[in-house]
Amino acid sequence: MPTVAMKVNGANVVHDIPDNTLLVSFLRETMGLTGTHVGCDTSQCGACIVHVNGESIKSCSILAAQLDGADVTTIEGIANGDELHPMQQAFHENHGLQCGFCTPGMVMSAIELVEKNKNLSEREIREGLEGNICRCTGYHNIVKSVQDAATRMGG
Amino acid sequence: MYSTKYVKARDIDDAVKALKSADDGKFLAGGMTLIPTLKQRLANPDCLVDLSACGLSSIDDEGSAIRIGAMTRHVDVAESALVQKAIPALTHLAAHIGDRQVRNRGTIGGSLANNDPAACYPAALLALGGTVHTQSRSIAAEDYFDGMFETALEEDEIIHAVSLPKPEKAAYVKFPNPASRYAMVGVFVAKFADGVRVAVTGAGEDGVFRAHDLEAALNANFSADAIADGMVSSDGLMSDIHASADYRAHLIGEMTRRAVNACT
Ligand SMILES: Cc1cc2nc3c(=O)[nH]c(=O)nc-3n(C[C@H](O)[C@H](O)[C@H](O)COP(=O)(O)OP(=O)(O)OC[C@H]3O[C@@H](n4cnc5c(N)ncnc54)[C@H](O)[C@@H]3O)c2cc1C
Ligand code: FES
Ligand code: FES
Repeated sequence: MPTVAMKVNGANVVHDIPDNTLLVSFLRETMGLTGTHVGCDTSQCGACIVHVNGESIKSCSILAAQLDGADVTTIEGIANGDELHPMQQAFHENHGLQCGFCTPGMVMSAIELVEKNKNLSEREIREGLEGNICRCTGYHNIVKSVQDAATRMGG
Repeated sequence: MYSTKYVKARDIDDAVKALKSADDGKFLAGGMTLIPTLKQRLANPDCLVDLSACGLSSIDDEGSAIRIGAMTRHVDVAESALVQKAIPALTHLAAHIGDRQVRNRGTIGGSLANNDPAACYPAALLALGGTVHTQSRSIAAEDYFDGMFETALEEDEIIHAVSLPKPEKAAYVKFPNPASRYAMVGVFVAKFADGVRVAVTGAGEDGVFRAHDLEAALNANFSADAIADGMVSSDGLMSDIHASADYRAHLIGEMTRRAVNACT
């Protein structure tokens, strides 16, 4: 079993895990961080999105062993104590979620999207969230939430 | 996912050695095709040889062509000023593969090695008349593709890089599958001083192919009007739940017209 060392939400973690452990299983089962969800078997839904070295990726489609030495941030790692991340606050205030299953992935994906470009058009937001599927909201309030968050994040 | 062994290769020699010492090893690039395949237990390799530390990520200007390292990710091609200047059609192609997370991981080498019949890069390689470079040889696009998911690559052959000649103008237009974003039909049109090349992906029963009839029409008259309805035969085209062969034939004509109009 390989030993994998990475930073998860700012803390250094070291674990021995089977080679075939997916990052999402490592996060949910080894680390107990169940905010990152699994929604599909086909790498299409985006419920599992986390940040690796600042970039959004699908944690269901990468092995934890590939990320030895990496810096991983999950939905649990973005709030500042009791203060929600502006993206979380915007989803909360704009009714950007219903069942909430897609939300962690949406939020993590949207944060990277806005950090790269704070002046996004509605079309750019919709295209930017192509990798995230939501079966409840119809996306309308998700787009509104991201627009609101972009303003809060300095757009 | 079946159990397997993971090895991060230090360089290409190390990667080839690791693959040779496994019974049924596989190279791992961005994993955007391979990992989903493993998750669904459609493959059972005993060893995964990660190429990410082999130094294969690069984009260079070679004068009449650009050379892209195999591990260069779709996002890197999409955001490259060099590619945008030399072959803007390629920037557009890379920027529309899958979604942002797929582009943050998936690589040009992985896409070409996999040769999915609905993938985008195979159309670019064939229309641009590019070359695939491995540790032992250089393979011209014409000799590289060998039917669906099949290529001229040997088991232990690693793509180092691809060279893509700069066209006078080019465009890639795809009709994306609404769920996966793969091409239901994708057409890459490239105009060179010595003629026009048209490559079609997403449609052929044997994977990517050149549409010689459309090339002849565009060589006579490089205009969308040169592509008449019914010019594309449905012989040899795929029929599946997404589209019939006839519909794909229609889409090839329409995507070609749009590509000619979009050529820059
Ligand atoms: C949701 C989703 C949507 C997608 N949409 C599109 C799309 O619209 N258009 C499109 O073209 N593609 C699409 N893809 C596929 C994506 O582009 C993949 O990244 C690509 O096909 C494979 O590249 P990879 O780097 O991920 O390779 P991997 O999955 O790591 O490997 C794929 C295969 O290639 C072999 N291989 C990899 N690198 C090399 C090398 N250097 N030398 C020799 N063999 C090698 C591996 O052994 C494996 O067999 C999509 C994928 C997903 C999950
Ligand atoms: S669970 Fe990762 S994309 Fe669906
Ligand atoms: S809120 Fe239910 S899936 Fe998006």
